[in-house]
Amino acid sequence: MDKKSKSLTRRKTLVAYSFILPNLLGFFIFTFVPIVFSLLLSFCEWNSGGEIKFIGLDNFIRMFSKDNSFWIALKNTIYYTVVTVPVTLALALFLAILMNKPLKGRVFFRSVLFFPYVASLVAIAVVWMALFNPDRGPVNSILMAIGIENPPRWAASTTWAMPTIIGLTVWKGMGYYMIVYLAALQGVSRDLYEAASLDGATRWQQFVNITWPCVTPTTFYILMMLIVATFKSYDIMYITTQGGPGEATKVLAYHIYNTAFVSSQFGYASAIAMILLAMIVVITLIQFKFEKRFTSYL
Amino acid sequence: MADSKVGVTSPIKMFFVYVALIIMACVMLVPFVWMISSSLKLEKDVFAFPIQWIPEDPQWSNYQVIWEKVPLLTGFFNTTKLTVCTTILQLVTSSFAAYAFAKLEFKGRDTIFMMYVLTIAIPWQVYMVPQFIMMTNVGLTDSHLGIILMHAFTATGVFLMRQFFMGVPTELLEAARIDGLSEYGIWAKLMLPLSKPAIATLCITSFTFEWNDFMGPLIYLSTTNKKTIQLMLRMFNTQYSSNYAQIMAAATVALIPVLILFVFLQRYFVEGIATSGIKG
Repeated sequence: MDKKSKSLTRRKTLVAYSFILPNLLGFFIFTFVPIVFSLLLSFCEWNSGGEIKFIGLDNFIRMFSKDNSFWIALKNTIYYTVVTVPVTLALALFLAILMNKPLKGRVFFRSVLFFPYVASLVAIAVVWMALFNPDRGPVNSILMAIGIENPPRWAASTTWAMPTIIGLTVWKGMGYYMIVYLAALQGVSRDLYEAASLDGATRWQQFVNITWPCVTPTTFYILMMLIVATFKSYDIMYITTQGGPGEATKVLAYHIYNTAFVSSQFGYASAIAMILLAMIVVITLIQFKFEKRFTSYL
Repeated sequence: MADSKVGVTSPIKMFFVYVALIIMACVMLVPFVWMISSSLKLEKDVFAFPIQWIPEDPQWSNYQVIWEKVPLLTGFFNTTKLTVCTTILQLVTSSFAAYAFAKLEFKGRDTIFMMYVLTIAIPWQVYMVPQFIMMTNVGLTDSHLGIILMHAFTATGVFLMRQFFMGVPTELLEAARIDGLSEYGIWAKLMLPLSKPAIATLCITSFTFEWNDFMGPLIYLSTTNKKTIQLMLRMFNTQYSSNYAQIMAAATVALIPVLILFVFLQRYFVEGIATSGIKG
């Protein structure tokens, strides 16, 4: 009997593994191994065609002490994140509050606000770059028509390139986060607002004391998602400005891309990738630590 | 949504709500309207000011010449191929794995699942370099197969399906087992039909990602006739950079498939986000 049950368990295990194996194999080879490989590679020198050579912490020393581009990229990443995240968050919440009213045409508004999120970045960026063309674009034509003599040169100016990209990012992404917020707002009990308005609370007081605390877990979740999304983003810079003018919109992930696929320094690129990983791990740890507290809030 | 009668908002306030929403809707729509309008203009009129929103003499020929200048059709075909293959492969393998993670007990389950959990937060940017080198060594770069394999096995897919499968009552499975259904039978005849919303969400997420992906194909594909629609659009933009009317026509064409899907399946797009967002 013992033998029988043992072989039954073995059979069950085999069946279970047959379910997992197709995905696990692919995941292991194409995701897990590269992650470990990139960790190891960050301590090595490996340039195109050459041998892999272990060099300890040299990549990191070079990054921190000699690579000016790295610091610029890090600074730009933080700039991009620090502006994009709160603006997106605020607009998303504002729109969600508006959308949570008994509206006519709700589906229309929701579709229009959300569509840019699923639209192709390449197509949208092409349109934005034309709209914000510094010499002939309609945006500057309008600005000049209303009397602004020297409108910003947008993506062509070192000062304005990043704000232009941030504007595009916010515009494209806010509809998505609006929907996340909207779902959370619909879970807030109407009774709370009713009781508050009976007690004479103003709209603002209701927002501060009911809406905001009730959506705090969602805000936290969106915050974390947005930070990670902005940390890793570089396609938008590649498509619009190629990291320029100069290095004005070069971000960390772009620096990884350039170092690996333009300069063919795979080891060094992996070392920069480790910095990006470290930043994301910190965010993820914060999320794990606080998530319980915030979700019990709900 | 259900109890709109309680949230009494005065008509004046509702007026401002509508005004704000209409302004925001315009901000979102104007770039698209400008894109379509410009795509029907002569090159010399694209940047004419004041903006002429409806072209007097629509240049439909813009939509004809773009296909000859850059092989957009090949791009469409390639993207469709990548999208369909990735989506199907991802759906089958991740729902397969999710079933074992959610409903079967076996040695090593939690350890393996932990590996998925630990890597889910790591973005592609972190490991794209070694991944590319590995793919180059086995000859999977500049091939569609490489991209399909790179995108088909995601932790997110497994998570999504697992979360949904967890909600299916185990008694149901037990009953099916007593009826003599094998585990594969349960997966095919019970779990999959029950999880249509999750399947819809996964398909849509996978489709939009694959359709719009730019950096993956940019890094992996170098032969022109293998390139995707996004790369073709980019190529158009760089090769004919002063040809704005035609660039806008190409951009419009590239946006249409996602737009159609969005209009018809909007509910699933939105529900997918709303549920995954709340659960975190």
